[in-house]
Amino acid sequence: MEHLFKPTPIQKKFFTPIVIILSAIAINGLVFLLGRFVFGIGAVTNLNDQFPWGIWIGIDVAAGVALAAGGFTTAALGHIMHKDKYEVIIRPALLTAMLGYTFVAMSVMIDLGRYHYIWHPLVMWNGTSVLFEVGICVMIYLTVLYIEFLPIVTERFIGRVNLPGFLAKFNNTVDKLLRVLDRALDKTMFIFIISGVVLSCLHQSSLGTLMVIAGEKMHPLWQTPILPLLFLLSAICVGFPMVIFESLISSKSFGLKPELDVLEGLGRMVGPMLLIYLTAKMVDVVIRETYVHLMTINTESIMFTIEVMIGIVIPLRMFFSRKISKTPEGLFWASAFVIFGVLLNRVNNFIIAYTPPYAESSYFPSFGEISVTLGFIALEILLFRFLVMIFPVVSTPQKVAFKTKYAVKGLFR
Amino acid sequence: MNKSRRNFLKTSAFMGASIAGVASTKPVKGAPKNILSDDRMGVLVDTTVCIGCRKCEWACKSAHDMPTDPIEKYDDRSVFDKRRRPDAHALTVVNEFENQNGKFPIDVKVQCMHCDHPACLSACIVGAFSKEENGTVLWNGDKCIGCRYCMVACPFQIPAFEFDKAWSPDIKKCDFCFDRTKKGMLPACVEICPMEVLTYGKRSELIRAAKEKIRLYPERYVDHILGEHEVGGTSWMYLSSKDFAQLDFPKLGKNAAPGVTEAIQHGIFAYFIPPIAIYALLGGVMWLNKNRKHEEHGGDE
Ligand code: SF4
Ligand code: SF4
Ligand code: SF4
Repeated sequence: MEHLFKPTPIQKKFFTPIVIILSAIAINGLVFLLGRFVFGIGAVTNLNDQFPWGIWIGIDVAAGVALAAGGFTTAALGHIMHKDKYEVIIRPALLTAMLGYTFVAMSVMIDLGRYHYIWHPLVMWNGTSVLFEVGICVMIYLTVLYIEFLPIVTERFIGRVNLPGFLAKFNNTVDKLLRVLDRALDKTMFIFIISGVVLSCLHQSSLGTLMVIAGEKMHPLWQTPILPLLFLLSAICVGFPMVIFESLISSKSFGLKPELDVLEGLGRMVGPMLLIYLTAKMVDVVIRETYVHLMTINTESIMFTIEVMIGIVIPLRMFFSRKISKTPEGLFWASAFVIFGVLLNRVNNFIIAYTPPYAESSYFPSFGEISVTLGFIALEILLFRFLVMIFPVVSTPQKVAFKTKYAVKGLFR
Repeated sequence: MNKSRRNFLKTSAFMGASIAGVASTKPVKGAPKNILSDDRMGVLVDTTVCIGCRKCEWACKSAHDMPTDPIEKYDDRSVFDKRRRPDAHALTVVNEFENQNGKFPIDVKVQCMHCDHPACLSACIVGAFSKEENGTVLWNGDKCIGCRYCMVACPFQIPAFEFDKAWSPDIKKCDFCFDRTKKGMLPACVEICPMEVLTYGKRSELIRAAKEKIRLYPERYVDHILGEHEVGGTSWMYLSSKDFAQLDFPKLGKNAAPGVTEAIQHGIFAYFIPPIAIYALLGGVMWLNKNRKHEEHGGDE
């Protein structure tokens, strides 16, 4: 049978029991966030002079950037390698990345003591600062992501502009403008797509360089000059699993049939990537002889072992198994392990490994910090659901197959 | 070559050039003031004569208009029960350590070391720190965005943050009494110290003096000037009768703290060649693949 898959806004009820629970989590987070702005960072978090960074940086920012890697990996696959088969996943991955990075920026904002100076890095440059480089790259990349999303907006409204009230007489003008914009974007999009991939490679790796300057304060299991390479490799590893994971969840929640064929194809590429990542990590541990730290049992050695075994070795085995990586369940769990592994890696690097010399007790996030982090995640999911109902992002099989300019070509199953 | 493809190449080249343009202005605009003058000043702290009177703590607060108890209150020695660290309310603190084989306990004043290659300066996202001509490492509140990366970077764990302030919290650390030294005055702690624990002078001369002391009184001092070589050298230096690790100093190597990071940074960003190379490579791959598709589809696009 011939199907034409075409991204369309999804027509479903917005509110479901899960959505209501998510909303409650989001509101709880916002309440604590308000507390942060009224009473200061110290009032809501467990941060102090010894532990200046907590989960808002370790999870919301560092892990957030890593888990939004689906955006640049699928862009590279679909647009640069031109694998048409994967075009269906590009838009959802793009939306995830766009939302992900938006929340990364918001998390930075709330963590900054002097958030009103957030624009300073734009005009005050410090070339030796890794954080400066990460900040600028993330800012530009976020802009690029919004530009990459624009064609979806124009597609939604071209020929359908319907302004309310007296504005209606501008309908034609707006429509024309949209068409001009659409054509301009069509011609120049490749610039943004390539820039997006380059910028991603840059800041994904530099995020690893961030902690190098902490020197002795960071546990040797993680403190290595090849941290940028490890961060880049792990970001590339987690890109596709993130897409698989999301696509399985959202097809379930919207009652669509998952694109198993496509997801399987993605899954086949994850195994080799994980293998490269694992090799780099192990070679590093052997060359710097840090495996001695694994002989004693403490928080660091346990966390490192979990990260490597559950986050890399097990999913590696799963993705290489023909049988497991052909079923949706197998794909789902293998992807979930990779995501868990990379998330844990970022937490380990930014929080567990950081052992400052004069700490009286170790850091554990406060209820407020956890609330805000969970609240942001909930908000992100809600926004995703909201946006796919407005914009043509998720591909659904079309009953009547007209070949239009926006149809996704080459999708015959 | 059709028109769109020529366009593609032209625009790619333009993008590359503009990125390179941005890059070439970077070192100029991007360098915060970082002077390593041969005449930079420093302080030599001789912990063997410190009596732990904590007058330096009081003087420091008064000189920086920070709220403080009256000076008499500083005689209270019970504060030594706890190890303290400089924080947002005290830029310097004195800690006391037991001394098994000596008569008196050992007291150690702690503050920013004013590194010669400061990690805080290298790390700060907006270049809010500067290394001044006289050796001072200074924080600039007009630039700081409160990201606290300097706190992560500092090998001595010195910068403190006003966690209790909701609006525009500061990074607090010793400023080597920059406003006083500018006018030819001594740093407040140096001026008040009754035991002449603290010697203010040219760093190179202080090192010579310290070496002389160690040579003359080998039974009094361990043969180690803390800060002479640590993390590439610091303006404040210490003499002691004990191994510094026992006095709560972190064990640090001789390499400047920002060294590795800056090497990596400069490797990745060497004249922006690597990023532009990736850009060109990806552009090439994209173009080839597009071409291939064109031929397969008979150019129906
Ligand atoms: S001791 Fe820390 S805060 Fe002071 S100059 Fe050195 S790196 Fe900066
Ligand atoms: S907290 Fe301020 S001084 Fe410290 S690194 Fe951030 S911007 Fe620079
Ligand atoms: S004023 Fe001098 S003697 Fe008194 S505690 Fe400070 S350094 Fe020691």
